[in-house]
Amino acid sequence: MDREAILKKFEPNLSNILYIMHDLQDTNPERYLAKEDIEACADYLNVPYSYVHSVASFYTMFSLKPRGRNIIRLCESPPCHLMGAHSLLDYLKGSLKVDVGGTTKDGMFTLELTSCLGACGVAPAMMLNEEMFGNLTPEKVDAILDKRRKEI
Amino acid sequence: MSMVKLTINNIPVEVPEGTTILWAAKKAGFTIPTLCHHPDLTPGGQCGICVVEIEGIPGLKRSCMTPAADGFKVKTHTPRVMATRRQLVELILSNHDTECLTCVKNNNCELQKLAATVGINTLDYGNALKEKLPIDRSSVAIVRDPNKCILCGRCIEVCSRVQTVNALAVNHRGFDTVITTAFNAGLGNSVCINCGQCVVHCPVGALYEKSAVDEVWDAIHDPDKFVVVQEAPAVRVQLGEEFDMPTGSLVSGKMHAALRRLGFDAVLETNFTADLTILEEGTELIGRLTSGKNLPLITSCSPGWIKFMETFFHDMIPHMSTAKSPQQMFGALAKTYYAEAKGIDPAKIVSVSVMPCTAKKFECLRPEMNASGHRDVDYVLTTRELGRMMREAGLDIREMPDEPADDLLGDYTGAATIFGATGGVMEAAVRSAYRLVTGRELEDVEIKPVRGLKGIKEAEIDIDGTKVKVAVAHSCGQARALLDKVRDQIAKDGKSEYQFIEVMACPGGCVGGGGQSWGSNIAKRARRGESLYEEDRSLPWRRSHENPSVQALYEKYLEKPNSEKAHKLLHTHYYKRSTVDGKVLPNK
Repeated sequence: MDREAILKKFEPNLSNILYIMHDLQDTNPERYLAKEDIEACADYLNVPYSYVHSVASFYTMFSLKPRGRNIIRLCESPPCHLMGAHSLLDYLKGSLKVDVGGTTKDGMFTLELTSCLGACGVAPAMMLNEEMFGNLTPEKVDAILDKRRKEI
Repeated sequence: MSMVKLTINNIPVEVPEGTTILWAAKKAGFTIPTLCHHPDLTPGGQCGICVVEIEGIPGLKRSCMTPAADGFKVKTHTPRVMATRRQLVELILSNHDTECLTCVKNNNCELQKLAATVGINTLDYGNALKEKLPIDRSSVAIVRDPNKCILCGRCIEVCSRVQTVNALAVNHRGFDTVITTAFNAGLGNSVCINCGQCVVHCPVGALYEKSAVDEVWDAIHDPDKFVVVQEAPAVRVQLGEEFDMPTGSLVSGKMHAALRRLGFDAVLETNFTADLTILEEGTELIGRLTSGKNLPLITSCSPGWIKFMETFFHDMIPHMSTAKSPQQMFGALAKTYYAEAKGIDPAKIVSVSVMPCTAKKFECLRPEMNASGHRDVDYVLTTRELGRMMREAGLDIREMPDEPADDLLGDYTGAATIFGATGGVMEAAVRSAYRLVTGRELEDVEIKPVRGLKGIKEAEIDIDGTKVKVAVAHSCGQARALLDKVRDQIAKDGKSEYQFIEVMACPGGCVGGGGQSWGSNIAKRARRGESLYEEDRSLPWRRSHENPSVQALYEKYLEKPNSEKAHKLLHTHYYKRSTVDGKVLPNK
């Protein structure tokens, strides 16, 4: 869907700014808000360009830099930390060869951290795009990521 | 107005309802320390320095945004309050670049003063600034140092609410919070109009002008160069403040003397070309009134306003006066008329201006400003920079004699000097337009309805039976409101109720410009404006067309206002600009 069509789905009210930006970001193959997205949003809502950028930069759910096709969000809250999220993070960094915020060379995955996902009962937990995974081990993470690679 | 009674540290005080505790305390004789608070801006309560205790109310209250109420018993310096203030200042200092000695704000910094006021003598939190953020030098007018920024939000308040420019915003969050342009592109790649209101409102050294002091010293010390200097009207009622003179002290003659002692080869006047602007713009106005086309005519002296108009109101370009600003008219003449008359090679002339303005630094670099075949104006100094040069040279304005400006481009009338106050250009234009239309002089030259600091001022001027409706706006926020109205009127009725509009980008006009001394506020701006009207009353000529040097210029060189030669040297054109990066858009 092109930008114009996404914008037209919403009334041009400022209260729709987050919905619009989510849609723009999700539609972007690089999963981020480009300059052109911020500009289009500002024009459509008749608010300053700097304001839209300010809102986008405040929320961690929005990225202003290109990302991979899949976003891994590993929970860094205390319960997950106690259940081994930290070593899982080291494992992910090593196997994907990226730092937090980085994207794999093939553009497949971006590794991010997130605050509590509300899945403490199955800690350590992570999200892959919109999907939640719990009771993670390095083997389980490998299987999840392999499956995703094959799906694409 | 109903009053409320309260006590401040047991001292009873009565204030109008709605007064904040901060002001009530002031009335009781207590100055509560503040940092983010500014008298002209809406209190945001970001810093928390102004906290007080109120009996019976839990916690500490920010006095800048807590209205006084009946029966309040306020304590402004209890042990708890004082400890909290010290802690807050220490926390601010813990991620502030505290290299005060090399800071542009050294000795003028509100944070520096506050640290002394609340008695900071140790930095128990250390300094958390590990890696410095890059300094934004992308703009030709304004430098932004995020390491000095304390996130008080004053710059955003003026940029977004007062000026409605919205170049700066708060970005990211938590410890990563930074006030910057979208995508950190830099002020030079943003809609920033270079007005410098952020600069004069910044309490610390996070925003300052791009200095031309070194370049000007080099030119002065180069024996091959002939350095001419012009000074804007608003500088002469402000320079004194750089040397602790009372606000608005009029120092025209002392300013000329000081510039001569700094080593400028010719001390001339922007006021001279202000008079010239009136004849060019006044003639343009009469032309438009006669033809009825492109009305209202809108003034073009304020380079901040010009960039604002090019960005947000470029549909109004046909309404703009094509007359250059006085600074640029001077530049074009200095390297043509003046050079020829004095027999100086224009390539050897260095043209310097002293301005109350940061946007003038942008204006002089606009590519089209080379009518003389050279860069018309080489360097722009703000009033602050001139103060700095004078201190460096050991000059104190209070000790200067009164001296006149030099000849050819040095005479000026009262009409020129009031350019520095909002409404001044309008008033000056009417004084001469009356003569141009009727052939008679306007007897009462003081046009009071266009004076003062009301946001938008209107008046109806009777020029021999012809009614001319005029409006004056100062600050881009007010200009936006006025121009929106004009745009609607034109769309609806095909014409506007106004025939002539003056816009100045800064609140109060040039006296409140972004190049004036630190710590500007509305009261100071008003005082400076009054001083300009005082100078106007004291001068032998009060109408621009009476300026003998302007008359001589037309006789010897330009022939008549709006002549072909005048158009080449004194008039300009405008561009459409992007609302994203402020760059010129391709003409479609």
